[in-house]
Amino acid sequence: MELICPAGTPAAFHEAVDAGADAVYCGFRDETNARNFPGLNFSREELRESIAYAKRKGTQTFVALNTFMRAGSEEIWYKGAADAVALGADALILADFGLMAHVAEKYPQQRLHVSVQASASNPDAINFLVDAFNAQRVVLPRTLTIADIARIGKNIRCEMEVFVFGGLCVMAEGRCSLSSYATGKSPNMNGVCSPASHVRYRKDGGELVSELGEFTINRFPAGEAAGYPTLCKGRFDIADSNGYAFEDPVSLDVMGELEALKAAGVKALKIEGRQRGKAYVAEVVSTMKAALNSPPERRAPLLARLRSMSEGQKTTSGAYEKRWR
Amino acid sequence: MTQTKKTSLTLGPVYYLWDAEKWRDFHFRIADEAPVDRVVIGETVCSKRQHFIEPHLADVVERLESAGKTVILSTLALVTLNRESKQIREMAEVSEHLLEANDLSALAILKDKPHTIGPLVNVYNAPTARLLAGRGAKRICLPPELPFSSVKEIVAEFPDIDFEVFAFGRMPLAISARCAHARSKGKIKDNCQFVCREDPDGLPVRTLDRQSFLALNGVQTVSHACQSLLGELDHLVEAGVRSFRLSPQDCDMVAVAKLHRAVLDEVVDADEGVAKLRQLYAAAPLANGFHHAKEGAVWVARTRSLQAAWPA
Repeated sequence: MELICPAGTPAAFHEAVDAGADAVYCGFRDETNARNFPGLNFSREELRESIAYAKRKGTQTFVALNTFMRAGSEEIWYKGAADAVALGADALILADFGLMAHVAEKYPQQRLHVSVQASASNPDAINFLVDAFNAQRVVLPRTLTIADIARIGKNIRCEMEVFVFGGLCVMAEGRCSLSSYATGKSPNMNGVCSPASHVRYRKDGGELVSELGEFTINRFPAGEAAGYPTLCKGRFDIADSNGYAFEDPVSLDVMGELEALKAAGVKALKIEGRQRGKAYVAEVVSTMKAALNSPPERRAPLLARLRSMSEGQKTTSGAYEKRWR
Repeated sequence: MTQTKKTSLTLGPVYYLWDAEKWRDFHFRIADEAPVDRVVIGETVCSKRQHFIEPHLADVVERLESAGKTVILSTLALVTLNRESKQIREMAEVSEHLLEANDLSALAILKDKPHTIGPLVNVYNAPTARLLAGRGAKRICLPPELPFSSVKEIVAEFPDIDFEVFAFGRMPLAISARCAHARSKGKIKDNCQFVCREDPDGLPVRTLDRQSFLALNGVQTVSHACQSLLGELDHLVEAGVRSFRLSPQDCDMVAVAKLHRAVLDEVVDADEGVAKLRQLYAAAPLANGFHHAKEGAVWVARTRSLQAAWPA
C-alpha cells in the first residue's frame, strides 16, 4: 500500500519525501484547498521546486483543489488546476463537480482523485465520478467500516485511498456547515473549519472558557488541559447531561488494522495533517513507513510510538469499527 | 413585486421522526389547506426509520395529488449500505413520481431521468448546476449555506432551470455515520430503539453557558435558529428564483405556508410577515445570516443601506 503524506510547507514537503512518502499532498496558498490556514501552503514557485525535488526522489505530488468554487469566481480554481497541471502534479484532488468536469475536459491526461470532501460513500456514487470524470482514485469518507470498504472495493472501477492517522471528522466531510453557522467561514467555501480568527479563550472563575464566534465550545476546570475549540469536538449540554456530544478530542489511528485494510483492497493510506510541523511529519511518516515494511508481528513498538504522537495521545479507530456509530 | 413567471412553494420532507399518524395527518392537512405547489415526502435522514411511514405513504400521496399538489419522493442524505443503494435504484425503476436526489448515489442512479436536487447536494456554482441539469435535474434547491451573491450568479446563468432556495426551517448543517442523538440517550446507532422519536422538533444542544446552539435529529445536526428568507423574497424573485422551500418544523406549517404565499403575493408586507412568523414558530429565533454571507446563526435586519448594497 502507498503512503500518502501531508505537507503544509515546503520544509514539511522535503521531510515527507526524505522520510519515504510514496506521495505528498499539498495545496496552493488560497481558498482553493481545504487547509486554507494562515502561514500554510505553497506559492506557485514553492510548488515548482517541491515537485522537482519529489521527482528526483521518485515521489509523487498530489495537489488538493478541494473546496467548492465560489459562483462567479470560478477562474481562481481553474487557474489553480491549470498551474498544478503545468507544474507537473501527478494528481489533482478535487471535490466540486463543476471543477471535475472542467479538469476532465481540459486535461484528459491528468490523473484525477476524488477528495474526501466530495463525500462519495458508496459504489453508485464512486462509479458515477469514474464514468463522468474518469476519476482514478477516491479518498473514502471517514464514515465507513472496514467491512463497508471491502464491499465497496469489489464494486468500483477505481482505486481506494483511506485516512489512517491524524485528525478525524465526525461528520460526513464536505457536507458540514457547522463552522459557518458559528463563524461564517466553512470548509466547503473557505477551506477552514472552526478558524483561529474566531477563537477566543477567557477566564471565568477558575475555569478556562474556549469560544468560537459567539458560542462557548468548552470549559476547562483548573488542571485540565485546554484543547482547541473545533466545533464538533466541544462539550455541550444535552437534555440532563453534558459532555462531548459528537466526539471526544481524539484523533484517528487505524494502523492496527493494516492487514484488514490491505485485504479490503485499499491502495493507499493517507495521513491527515497539512497543518502540522515538519518534525511531526518526518516522525510520523518514517514510523509509518517502517510499520508498513515490517511483518505484522513486529509492528507493535512502532505503532506504540505513533500513538504517542497523536493529538492528546487519545486515539480512536472511528467509523472503521462498527461500534463507534 | 414584479414577476414574469409565477412563484411557487415547495414543502420539504419532514426531517424528524414523527409518529406515523402524526406524519399522515400533517400531510392530509397540508393537502387540504396549504397553498403549496409541491410536497417532497419520504425518509431523508436515517434508513432505519423508513418502515414507520410506509403504511401511510400511498394514502398521503393520493390525498396530496387529489388536492392538485405535485408529489416528489425524497431519497436518503447519506447512503453507505447496500440495501440503501438498492432501495433508491428500485424507487427509480418503479416510481411514477419525480425523485429528489440528496446524495451522489442518487445522482448516479437518476441520470437521464427527470428528477430534482435537494438542498443537501453541494451546488455552489453554475458549472455544477449545468452538469446536473445536463443529467436530468429539473429543479435545484440550492444549499442553505449559499450566500445571495452566489444564488444570483447561478440563477442568472440558467434562466430555464427552476431554482429553489431554503426559505424556512432549521438548517440541516451536518450528517454523520454516528448517531449523536442515540448516544446522548445512552444508546448506539445499531441499537437505538428510535429514541429520536421523543424529539419531533430535534433535541436541543446548548453550550455549557446555556446558549441555545444546535439540535440533534438522529444522525443529522440542525441549527437551533430557524432560517427565514421571508424578508428577502423580493430580492430573490428579482434575481430569478422561482421556488421557495419550507422545511417542516413542529408548528403550524399550513399557517407558515399561507404567510409565505401572502408575502409573495404582496398581500402582507415583509416586515409584518416576519413579525407574524416569529409568533407562528416561537420555539427558535429566526436567522438569515447565510443569505448575507455572515454567520448562519445571525439575523440581519433590512435597512436602507443594505438595500442600497443590492441595486435591482
